[in-house]
Amino acid sequence: MSSLADLSIAAAAAGMREGTFRAVELLEAVLLRATFTEAQLHAYLNLDREGARAAAEAVDQSRAAGKETGPLAGIPIALKDNMVTRGLETTCSSKILAGYIPPYDATVVERLRQAGAVIVGKTNLDEFAMGSSTENSAYGPSRNPWDPERVPGGSSGGSAATVAAGSALGALGSDTGGSIRQPAALCGVVGMKPTYGRVSRYGLIAFASSLDQIGPITRTVEDAATLLSVIAGPDPHDSTSYPHPPPDFRSRLGRGVEGVRIGVVREFMGEGIDPQVLAASQETLDRLSQQGAILSEVSLPTCEHALSAYYLIAPAECSANLARFDGVRYGLRIAGSNTEEMMANSRAQGFGPEVTRRILLGTYALSAGYYEAFYIKAQQVRTLLIEEFRRAYAEVDVLVSPTSPTTAFPIGAKAADPLAMYLSDVCTIPSNLAGDPAISVPVGLDREGLPIGLQLMAPPLQEELLFQVASAVEAVASFQARPGLAVSEAAE
Amino acid sequence: MAVEIDIPRVARLARLALSESQLEIYRHQLGVILDHAARMQALATEGIAPTGHPLTIATPYRLDQVGEVLDRDEVLSQAPETEGPFFRVPQIVGEE
Repeated sequence: MSSLADLSIAAAAAGMREGTFRAVELLEAVLLRATFTEAQLHAYLNLDREGARAAAEAVDQSRAAGKETGPLAGIPIALKDNMVTRGLETTCSSKILAGYIPPYDATVVERLRQAGAVIVGKTNLDEFAMGSSTENSAYGPSRNPWDPERVPGGSSGGSAATVAAGSALGALGSDTGGSIRQPAALCGVVGMKPTYGRVSRYGLIAFASSLDQIGPITRTVEDAATLLSVIAGPDPHDSTSYPHPPPDFRSRLGRGVEGVRIGVVREFMGEGIDPQVLAASQETLDRLSQQGAILSEVSLPTCEHALSAYYLIAPAECSANLARFDGVRYGLRIAGSNTEEMMANSRAQGFGPEVTRRILLGTYALSAGYYEAFYIKAQQVRTLLIEEFRRAYAEVDVLVSPTSPTTAFPIGAKAADPLAMYLSDVCTIPSNLAGDPAISVPVGLDREGLPIGLQLMAPPLQEELLFQVASAVEAVASFQARPGLAVSEAAE
Repeated sequence: MAVEIDIPRVARLARLALSESQLEIYRHQLGVILDHAARMQALATEGIAPTGHPLTIATPYRLDQVGEVLDRDEVLSQAPETEGPFFRVPQIVGEE
């Protein structure tokens, strides 16, 4: 390996601990990589070189002085730009928040800083995390490090691209309907959505509050568990955070899958899924079976309606959450003859088309006359889905499916058809509706050299089990490929 | 099922000042999405309780004490218009 930027978090932490290199050297390798890759990827909205250098130097000084350092001391981490950072512009990839400098840090940011992480910058996303390709950013799309003519997935596409390209060692994303797992799959990295409530949402700019969850994007399963350990745990600022301290998420890594009951979701292993994605998934399952896992087929028929339920519930919650962007306290203001006109002008000009579409959809679903038929119906479907998951977990320990129905698609391919874009999340949405943890692990490449991800799902609060099985998938898949962009810089 | 959408009313409720041509595009797109969503009507849900939230934990309580608060000047520095310690907005009621 020729660049420090390609190290895993675990290897980089060990290297700094043992004095092989310093945090500033690691950071400079990452910033050099970013200089090289950003010209093509646009994964970052804002690279905070100065702030990152100061943080890395502080880590080196602490270490030189023999002080105790945190678990992420000196590790360069990228943040999706929907998590607020005090003093550092946070836009959510929206024109309505252009120039917004938050007056506080999100809880996850505070915890990263306490753990010694070096925050490299803020990554691009679909505006307000609404999308599956990062094309809905007001500041232009991000591109896939495996093929810059293709999307990196979304909405955390910038975060996934930085980790794949080596312009960060790990990143945080947020996942409302698959926004961590789907881009991780399309970029060939690990992406994990914790149980709803595991990680505080304080300072995460809200999209759909009953679905949103922050989680790690990394190159290895172990790194994901490490990063989650830092950000998880109760937070008095978020009344929906799970009130008990989290376990050691690394406790069951490497334990294998002997005797683990794995349910293969029938609805996601056939029609609508790319044959190459199916083949790679099946191959991995066969290898898990050879390792002693007990495979069975599980049917979750309500999943057929999960997408419909999601596209009413998420927009309904978004229409309420985004009411706060009204040109009064922060963000864009477009003049009007009275306050209401000012608000309507500011919102119409500040929000992009996808956000506008979802606000309209949600407002419609919540309006008198349609509330019962659409919104309540969707919430009832959510109940049925949760009950179905609970019944499945009485028979199996974890569930498995492809993460995304396809590999990375060309930029622009689905931009004109919202429904086709929404179908990108068909396999990931059920876990958000259920509130359960899920992870995507890269398992291979298709014939065009694009990564394929396998999704594992577990019952609520069973992250340790999820990481155990994910580390077994990682071991049997032995995915070592790196995107061309990262390799070409390293060769220079 | 063809879904009826009074799109100007929805836009008004959402405080979005959209042009007629924009409204027409959104009306069409919402129609496609809602037609897809209407497939849910095939599922029997009578007597099923709606789920608003996946967590089963109770609302936590705390003492009503003032904790750390945001710095007022830092907060106001982000407002489009202020007057002293206040946010300033255009006229809300009455004649111009």
